[in-house]
Amino acid sequence: MTLWNAIAVGLKEIWAHKFRSLLTMLGIVLGVSSLVTMSAMVQGMENGAREALVAVGGLEKIRVEAQSVPVEQRHLRDFATGVTLDDVRALEFSAPDISKVSPELRFDRPPTLAAGGKTHRTWMTAGVWPIQMQLMEHVIEHGRMFSDLDNELARNVCVIGTGIRDELFGKPEDTGEPVNPVGRTLTINGYPFTIVGMFTHYESEQDRKVREARLREQAAALAAGKTNAASGARRDRGWGGGGGRRGNFAFWIKNNTVYVPLNTMWMKMKSGESNAPAVPKLSSMEIKLRDSGRINEALTQVRNVLMVTHRGIEDFSFRTQEDRAEEIDTFIRNARVSGGLIAGISLLVGGIGIMNIMLASISERIREIGIRKAVGAGDGSVFIQIVIESTVIAVVGGLMGLATSFAFIRLISFLTPTDNAPVVTAGSMSLAFGASAAIGILAGLLPAFRAARMNVIQALRYD
Amino acid sequence: MALLELRNVSKIYHLGGEEIRALDDVSLDIGAGEFVSIIGPSGSGKSTLMHILGCLDTPSHGTVTLDGIQVEKASASELARVRNRKIGFVFQFFNLLPKLNVVQNVELPMIYAGVSGSQRREQALQALEMVELGNRLKNRPSQLSGGQQQRVAIARALVNNPRIIFADEPTGNLDTHTGEVILALFRRLSQEGRTVILVTHNPEIAAVTPRRIEIRNGRIAEKVDARLAGLDRLAASATPAAAVAGA
Repeated sequence: MTLWNAIAVGLKEIWAHKFRSLLTMLGIVLGVSSLVTMSAMVQGMENGAREALVAVGGLEKIRVEAQSVPVEQRHLRDFATGVTLDDVRALEFSAPDISKVSPELRFDRPPTLAAGGKTHRTWMTAGVWPIQMQLMEHVIEHGRMFSDLDNELARNVCVIGTGIRDELFGKPEDTGEPVNPVGRTLTINGYPFTIVGMFTHYESEQDRKVREARLREQAAALAAGKTNAASGARRDRGWGGGGGRRGNFAFWIKNNTVYVPLNTMWMKMKSGESNAPAVPKLSSMEIKLRDSGRINEALTQVRNVLMVTHRGIEDFSFRTQEDRAEEIDTFIRNARVSGGLIAGISLLVGGIGIMNIMLASISERIREIGIRKAVGAGDGSVFIQIVIESTVIAVVGGLMGLATSFAFIRLISFLTPTDNAPVVTAGSMSLAFGASAAIGILAGLLPAFRAARMNVIQALRYD
Repeated sequence: MALLELRNVSKIYHLGGEEIRALDDVSLDIGAGEFVSIIGPSGSGKSTLMHILGCLDTPSHGTVTLDGIQVEKASASELARVRNRKIGFVFQFFNLLPKLNVVQNVELPMIYAGVSGSQRREQALQALEMVELGNRLKNRPSQLSGGQQQRVAIARALVNNPRIIFADEPTGNLDTHTGEVILALFRRLSQEGRTVILVTHNPEIAAVTPRRIEIRNGRIAEKVDARLAGLDRLAASATPAAAVAGA
């Protein structure tokens, strides 16, 4: 009996009991589709999280933050210098594992930005060096980043993100034309600054797709000659602005950045404060490593340099993206394991269903098995026939499950739209399909063994 | 050497500690081309004898030789192979697979013999022509009359060109006229040189065969076939070949 014959017999058997076979397959269909769907959703989440990680600078970025003196060095706190420009210079010269370093000086309270009668407060206002742009992976859309000369001369210039533009000058989506704020003036806590540049709009892949789809819809509506029926009082839905979804938090933060030159920040905004020290104390430093694989070595290097400049007082701390990356890994792994477990259980249940139906099927077909044996089917042929029948049920169920999973994913993204579009991977599909085939074989073994062991005379007499 | 040789064959069943001898020390030769009936009342052991002759079962004691093959030592898969290549079965209840059509039913033994698809179809058509059913190829067994179904079963039995045809009450489920047609078919097969063994409880049907073997209480009743008496005596002197030659 050739394999092809056996498969044909299996398919015929399924077709002869269409409804029963369909019910039996349902378990496998659900198992496979839930496995693929779960994996696609987790993959989507992982992609979203990794995108956000890259948006904040990736694994190569380290932040050095000023910190209060540790308890055991409390008695030395009067000698603590805090993070200063000396540290930045020292690191530039003495830490070869570092490629870039930029100081950052922020306000103690979120400053008020104002232009054209509108105001906006944002934490993400900082005095920095021009190199910060590369460190934070910013891209200029209009104008330029301020230069070293702007910093040197402490000019009142600034570079803003699109979020600030949207708040103060209007969104291009609302006005219907590009809004270029370069050359205009805004005030920070009352001091006028000229906008010399604006960053590009940062968004996740998913947001970009949604936005483009919306644009196409609008274009289609315009082409159809419809006026905007939804016009009327504009509604602001509060924090985050825009009346729409805030999107991924990491991208939102990045879009709400305002950079001014460090010297301007220090000389014009900070030194007037009553408790200002003689040497500017930085809020933090951003450091970019040469090689993300050498995080520990680089951290040791940075720490050694800083311990010298800080005279042994450890009033600083590191914040790496490792924790974040690890969190992502752990979360993804947990989601995989728990989702896989559920899908695995439903596959198992499907397998038990197949075994059950195969056992019922062989007790219905005792006489058939007897006839086949009488005309010369060996135990092996009978065994293989039953295993193939159950495998065919499982494989057909698996294929249906793969098809169903796409429908599932559509349904789920329709019911609960998230920032992270599910991504179906070939790996998850082949895993689910392979698992269904393996379960089909396993579920067929016991019924096949029973069928093969049937006594031919008793089977022939059975009715 | 005979096609089928049974020597001192016994089949013993154990039912709740009680020993039942379904066959008790049976010796028997059937030559190639013979037309034989095995006759006996129900419970006489004739079915057991047929099962052992047809390689569906193995004896508890004794030896069975079929076309030179020692059957009593064969494994289950070897027995299946012998049934497939050497033996064709025709049953009282036809035993066709209801889900398969006529051609597919006839092709069934060839599937297990590993015959290729096109050759299977060709041989099945030949066998069906022989039983005059070449025009009902695509019908299901349930769409055929009893006589037609039995002829399909005969075509299936013939299709692997076996040396022996076993028919277990082949007319038991048919009316008298149809039964005669089927018996005529067996007679024709016998005349064409095949070994045909009819198993029946009906002496009238057994009367169509030149040789009759009667079974009673698990033993061959000597008076029916005089030759077997001589055979038994000669078997005891361990020269069975001479016995066949002498018969």
